[in-house]
Amino acid sequence: MIYFELFYVFFYIGLFTFGGGYAMIPLITEETINRGWISSSTLSNFIAISESTPGPFAINIATFIGSQTGGILGSVCATIGVVLPSFIIILIIAAILTKFMKRKGVKTVLGTVSPIVLSLILSTAILFVIKMALYQGHNISSVEVKFDRESIALLLILAGLCIIYKKKKKKSLHPIAILGISALAGIILFGLFSF
Amino acid sequence: MAKKEKKTYSWKDMWYLFITFFKVGLFTFGGGYAMIPLIEKEVCEKRKWSSNNELLDILAISESTPGPIAVNTATFVGYRVAGFLGSFFATLGLILPSFAIIYLISIFYNTFMSWKIVDAAFKGIKVGVIILLFKAFLKIKKSVPFNLKNIIIFIIGISISLCASIFSWQINIGSFRLSISLLLILFGLLLGVISVITMKGENK
Repeated sequence: MIYFELFYVFFYIGLFTFGGGYAMIPLITEETINRGWISSSTLSNFIAISESTPGPFAINIATFIGSQTGGILGSVCATIGVVLPSFIIILIIAAILTKFMKRKGVKTVLGTVSPIVLSLILSTAILFVIKMALYQGHNISSVEVKFDRESIALLLILAGLCIIYKKKKKKSLHPIAILGISALAGIILFGLFSF
Repeated sequence: MAKKEKKTYSWKDMWYLFITFFKVGLFTFGGGYAMIPLIEKEVCEKRKWSSNNELLDILAISESTPGPIAVNTATFVGYRVAGFLGSFFATLGLILPSFAIIYLISIFYNTFMSWKIVDAAFKGIKVGVIILLFKAFLKIKKSVPFNLKNIIIFIIGISISLCASIFSWQINIGSFRLSISLLLILFGLLLGVISVITMKGENK
């Protein structure tokens, strides 16, 4: 049943993401795209939507995918699923284990997971670049590869802009500003030419 | 803890917990660390539910347990203030604004995306999202110490996960499909447990 599947997939997404937020994206990408719940371009769009709406990313993405797959009941199941592991674990810790968390062992275990999480995020970022660079329907392993030149150029320009901004202002460009600029660039590059 | 006499909590506490975390959920964009200043202001300064130091402890625990930091913090503070029901109302308050807003968006998503100008904007945004992912990588990288062990684990992780997605590797246990990301995280946890067991001495 779809509701139960939404619940348990988001339950273990919630259970196995350390650090929250963007650390969740690799697991979400793999689980939900492979199940056909969401396409990779919808997921990318949704990351942008989530960044410009309030609330934690995990809740937002669970609600969205739940609702796209199973309506209101689906979104309730997915959201409860993603929250429940945290809720249970924190209750146990708050009730009895606060001291335990300060032990060295816990830090060591977490210290070993963090490079894995880091590698998963980079790998997801690289995959997104590959998907962006190729025209839709073109696969990286196909013989004739066609590149999406406009998007590649835009990526380089945006990256350059972020680096220059950081050098000049000593702080990084706000995520919503980055999304705003890229949306505008998208309208100019892909919209105006086709009208 | 169990020997302490049972406190009774008022519905007023529940309401304050609910409304406080509702505010946190409604007014923080981007989630995660962006929420911390508002949580601090509401929880420590306004309601005096915990001291700054206690909140730092709570945040450290939230960070090192699975799940979103904001949810963890809400549950923790809620429990401290008013027991199980407190944690329930605090978490519910935090979730509700996101849930309502995103649910509305998801209803209109398909219509909205069929507009040409929106479609063009999102083609650009797709590129912006990639920048955000790289920024997330650089940010998290700061908290991972640069040493041989971590570099090796990192290289193993990235080569396996990249290969897995490019060549679509799969592992099936019966009808259950095990994702490579999950497998790698479990591998990391296992390595961690092994190194704790082999760790010498007293302060495990």
